[in-house]
Amino acid sequence: MTDTSPAISRKKPNTDLFWKIVYFVGLIGVCLGFYIATEQANYIWHWNRIPRYFYYTETINVRSEIEGEVTKITKKDNDSVIIVEGVGEAEFYAIPGSNITVAQGDTIYMGDTLGTFEDSNLGLMAQGMIVTIQISIVSITFGILLGLFTGLARISSNPALKWSAITYIEIIRGSPLLVQILIWYYVIGTLVNNMLSSASMPQIPEIWFGVASLAIFAGAYVAEIVRAGIQSINKGQMEAARSLGMTKSTAMRKIILPQAFKRILPPLAGQFISLIKDSSLLGVIAIRELTKATREAVTTSLMPYELYFVCGLMYLVVTFALSMFVQYLEKRTVD
Amino acid sequence: MIDVKNVYKTFFIPHEIQALHNVSYHINPGEVVVVIGPSGSGKSTFLRCLNRLEHAESGEILIDGVDVIDYKTDINKIRMEVGMVFQSFNLFPHLTVLENVTVGQRSVRKRNKREATETAMTLLNKVGIHEKANAYPSQLSGGQQQRVAIARALAMNPKVMLFDEPTSALDPEMVGEVLDVMKTLAREGMTMVVVTHEMGFAREVADHVIFMDEGKIVEVGPPEHFFTNPEHDRTKLFLSQIL
Repeated sequence: MTDTSPAISRKKPNTDLFWKIVYFVGLIGVCLGFYIATEQANYIWHWNRIPRYFYYTETINVRSEIEGEVTKITKKDNDSVIIVEGVGEAEFYAIPGSNITVAQGDTIYMGDTLGTFEDSNLGLMAQGMIVTIQISIVSITFGILLGLFTGLARISSNPALKWSAITYIEIIRGSPLLVQILIWYYVIGTLVNNMLSSASMPQIPEIWFGVASLAIFAGAYVAEIVRAGIQSINKGQMEAARSLGMTKSTAMRKIILPQAFKRILPPLAGQFISLIKDSSLLGVIAIRELTKATREAVTTSLMPYELYFVCGLMYLVVTFALSMFVQYLEKRTVD
Repeated sequence: MIDVKNVYKTFFIPHEIQALHNVSYHINPGEVVVVIGPSGSGKSTFLRCLNRLEHAESGEILIDGVDVIDYKTDINKIRMEVGMVFQSFNLFPHLTVLENVTVGQRSVRKRNKREATETAMTLLNKVGIHEKANAYPSQLSGGQQQRVAIARALAMNPKVMLFDEPTSALDPEMVGEVLDVMKTLAREGMTMVVVTHEMGFAREVADHVIFMDEGKIVEVGPPEHFFTNPEHDRTKLFLSQIL
């Protein structure tokens, strides 16, 4: 007897392609719908005006402040130096480049243009971006240190350390960040700067109260992440280390923390991404970070659609870069 | 060498259990003592009290004349002299085999890197895993891991070695290689306290066997005594179940 029937296909039907198409159709549909809605509202898009909020060049006219005669034009290190001599007075003007609109011997009146040069500057949003990144880096650094210390205090057997840690963590996690920022600026900031001024010392700028609020907010969450990371390490690890005669702190440093660090990394990255985004709240205490800078740009340009989109995109770029970096660290600490 | 007098230990978690009840025993240098008994009999607790991984609440445990239970004793000094091998190996997974054996020497014995590495390689050679020195624990079999754990403990040059069911977590075919290392150690005159269910090992190398039940030492004697004519009914019952 021979078997002539063909093998029955038992392959799972592949519907992936269909759902992928559904995804892209949906995505395009949402974007298209949004665009049509803006058309309905008669919104005119000006994407071409966006770059100037990051980098712009302007032409600056150098004008004479006195009336007189151009007596000398010399070149010095790429600068053109013009000397204007009037009655009983003389002025020097240094103009970058060689774009001079006067000649030697010309008679000049007050306000006449002597020459022009191009000046390049970072735009409002680029400046805000830099402030956001600076604040984030400093806050993350202090947040890690504070969180590590608090996390260790949290699992300490010393009641003073443990209860202090619990109090700190519960207060910070139980109240809104916005309120904390306001307290840091209007309450603690005022008190500290009052004391400083009565001791005739310089004032602390508001940006440091912003950094403090973010670092202390993040520290409480980092502490809980650190605690969970340490407690997730098998008890046998500590026992093995102690049985070799290591002190508690040596065992913590050499055996427990290196293992905990790897497990802590992903939630820590999430926390820092939150911190970067939370820094957008600092606008309320007059720190001109990215969001505040964008709002200022919107009030002058009346281009809210483009600017807020770009603002969101900038945060996305920073947070994405951070999560890539953490993924790289994670890979490196494998084995 | 080790003097245990009237030691009591009670656990309160998950509920009150008298883990050790008036335990006294004396171990001379170079002796190999095997502790046997049913699970929950207090044999592991007894072992862990010897290096204060469990803190006994009364009695006296003297190691080389130093009281382990006393809070004023620097326990880390004693632990340097008392090596311990665990049932679940407890190797440090983030360190290589070599680093596992050197980390204690470097941070506790304060040996320099060259010296620590030399000691480590000699010991890894002795337990037969020197070619895996740069591997990570997760790349080794259970038997290999336990041999590394023995080398790690030996690297501190201890005077006493404690073994807490060192072969219980191993696949059957790997038990032999670990026991062989332990037998070599015993022959070299190491003072050893071994909690185990390996009766063959007890018979071959033990000077004394302790049978524990319900936190008490029920019966003590040379191995032959246990395998030929145990006295107590509890001992007879236990041996009949495992032999």
